[in-house]
Amino acid sequence: MAMLEVKDIHTYYDNIHALKGVSLEVNEGEIVTLIGANGAGKTTTLRTISGLIRPTAGQVKLNGEDLADYETHELVYKGISMVPEGRGVFAQLTVEENLEMGAYSRNDNRVRDDIENIYTLFPRLQERRRQVAGTLSGGEQQMLATGRAMMARPKLLLLDEPSMGLAPILVEGIFDTIQNINKEGTTVLLVEQNALMALSIADRGYVLQTGEIVLSDTAKKLSNNKMVQKAYLGVD
Amino acid sequence: MSEARNNTAPSSVWKSVLRFGLVGGAIALYFCMVGMVAAFDQRFLVAGQLTLGDLVLYVGPFLAGLSTARALADRTAWQRLLFGLLAGAVAALPSILIMLFSQQVNIGAVFVSLSSPLINILTFGRGLPDGLPLLVGVFGLLGLLGAAYTFLSQQARNAVNLALLVIVTVALFSDIPIRVIEKYFSARVARAIFQGNALLPLSAVVLSLLTVGLSYFGSLRAAKKKVGESKKPERLILGRYPINQVLSWALVIAFLLVLPQTDRVLAHVMMFIGLYVMMGLGLNIEVGFAGLLDLGYVAIFAFGAYTIGILTTQAAIGTFGLSFWVALPIAVIVGVVFGALLGIPVLRMRGDYLAIVTLGFGEIIRLLALSDWLSPLVGGAQGIVRIPSPSIAGFDINSPERYYYLVLIGVALTAFLAVRLRDSRLGRQWMAMREDEDVAQSMGIDLVQTKLLAFAIGSASAGFAGAIFAARLGGIFPHSFSLIISITVLSAIIIGGFGSIPGVIVGAAVLVGLPELLREFNEYRFLIYGILLVVMMLTRPAGLLPTDTFKRELESLEEGDEGMNNPVSAGG
Repeated sequence: MAMLEVKDIHTYYDNIHALKGVSLEVNEGEIVTLIGANGAGKTTTLRTISGLIRPTAGQVKLNGEDLADYETHELVYKGISMVPEGRGVFAQLTVEENLEMGAYSRNDNRVRDDIENIYTLFPRLQERRRQVAGTLSGGEQQMLATGRAMMARPKLLLLDEPSMGLAPILVEGIFDTIQNINKEGTTVLLVEQNALMALSIADRGYVLQTGEIVLSDTAKKLSNNKMVQKAYLGVD
Repeated sequence: MSEARNNTAPSSVWKSVLRFGLVGGAIALYFCMVGMVAAFDQRFLVAGQLTLGDLVLYVGPFLAGLSTARALADRTAWQRLLFGLLAGAVAALPSILIMLFSQQVNIGAVFVSLSSPLINILTFGRGLPDGLPLLVGVFGLLGLLGAAYTFLSQQARNAVNLALLVIVTVALFSDIPIRVIEKYFSARVARAIFQGNALLPLSAVVLSLLTVGLSYFGSLRAAKKKVGESKKPERLILGRYPINQVLSWALVIAFLLVLPQTDRVLAHVMMFIGLYVMMGLGLNIEVGFAGLLDLGYVAIFAFGAYTIGILTTQAAIGTFGLSFWVALPIAVIVGVVFGALLGIPVLRMRGDYLAIVTLGFGEIIRLLALSDWLSPLVGGAQGIVRIPSPSIAGFDINSPERYYYLVLIGVALTAFLAVRLRDSRLGRQWMAMREDEDVAQSMGIDLVQTKLLAFAIGSASAGFAGAIFAARLGGIFPHSFSLIISITVLSAIIIGGFGSIPGVIVGAAVLVGLPELLREFNEYRFLIYGILLVVMMLTRPAGLLPTDTFKRELESLEEGDEGMNNPVSAGG
């Protein structure tokens, strides 16, 4: 059974039919990527999974349990953590305080150790631990948002466009870390516009076009697919 | 004229002189025409030397000289001084023109303030047209001073500003120091420093020298601290409290306890400030901590007051006749419950929408209190009268001073609560919600619960304040609970700095205390209010005492710049 199962969801923004029956599956231990152009519905899919928007039809299931009964804030306790688009760090708090906020849902005494783990994952954050998050660079904010999401010890990490607005060299670093996080045992659902990078680290991928899944395959096959190459990888 | 210095073109120099001069002149003329100059002509700040009217009149030409000298920063010092002087002189033109015009045409009916006393002031008692050159000369001199001001270092400027501020403040509020000195020293000492309400010239000089000295000394120490970062370990009391802090707190507390004893009016004003501080601290929880813009806060104040009214009144309307001390906790609880109830319908609203809906709530509550429908319970337009004053064991709380101490206890409680809440887990929840509701939710924060707690806890102090208000006045009427209270409380928070607890206290003191104490300004209250707000928003947009997080943000912006110099590792 898949860890996360999205079954034929339809989501509306008022009259706009944003998702027209999206289905996807994420198995435990995988990195699955959802690629597509601007406005295809990638972020909407993530927001629907995390309960920020409710689908008008269809189901989102985690380990077989329907998530419709849960509020967004309860999903953290079920093991889902999200890194929102545009990162959303708490600008007025320091790096370390942001990480502490990430552990809000937890009630154990291993938080300190986990903060140190995040610092090994992102040494840059340790250097800036006392700095206010609003003054970090875009790349550092992305690291912080990812680290903060990891502080909840999620089983499933939802990442929304981690490469957005970052220099290519930083994107590579972020994607390396995502791979590391995955190796440590966290399942990842990665929404990306940067299809090339996303497919290079993912196990499987889905291609979303105007609210519908048009292709799904292993990442390797997708990167060799003519249509994907033409539309998203810039290969003629 | 050195071409090599790439000076501003001569024509633009004259343009600056003319422009700033005329703006300064317009300011001076404006203050004349609204009547401030003439009205304050008898209010001496420094006995025999400087009246408040003079001060108001001199602002325009001084600013003209200052701005001109600033605009011509690339010119030589002498040129800047000269053009400053000219701009000051130009500032006299508008007033002169209108005075001459008034000699030809009778415009007194339109410009009521353009009377012979004003002309007398502007011509220094010499009459038209003999006094006019003198006016030009004095204004020119002020322009020169304004230009000279731009040569001062930042330190010196701070010192001068502070000295001026201290003298004006002491002279304006001279009642308070005079009373204190008379009460604790002797009338003779007071007479040696003040004459009437004004400072004697000698004491003004001593006071300003003292301020300049202290300010200079202070900046020296600050500079030393900055250079040698390794500061000496502070001496501590009881192992953890820095001695300096303990002393300054003790001073503040002694001040707060003793001051109202000197004067009834002062005690009354301070009590009122206290009520607004309590409300400000409560609303600050909603607005400052949790980011919920609530414009209907006065409703909770009304709930508190009416609860006391209904439960304790001895008029025919009341059937309960409880004592104040029993009714007080009930009033607080009523405030909390209704705060949360009013919060429920607005859970899904943010920002402006929330503000508008809560604004409506505030009005609904006031109109309900005014309505015939509820008048059997709350008295309608007649309100509730004969609310007894509280007493403890035969000790009646019935004078302004005693109410003040009651309020002080309330303020201390609320402030303590606010500080502890800010640093608590709940405080962090509020902060996260304020910054980003979606992210806060993804962290596992229950928005519904967090919002309702903010409304409920924030309302407690308004209930408390309303209770004291009702007992103090002995009667409550619907028209006491108008929108202006919500606005004043919110303004106090904004002026003090969003989310800042000391800021709320200062903000309430400025907004509520100043208008009460500056009765002389009565007619010009809102004019001054407006000017102050505009100046403050330009010079201190974060508020008078912004929070640490805000300061920290600004500081680390500076520090961050160093770190950002390494773009490859730091990124875009």
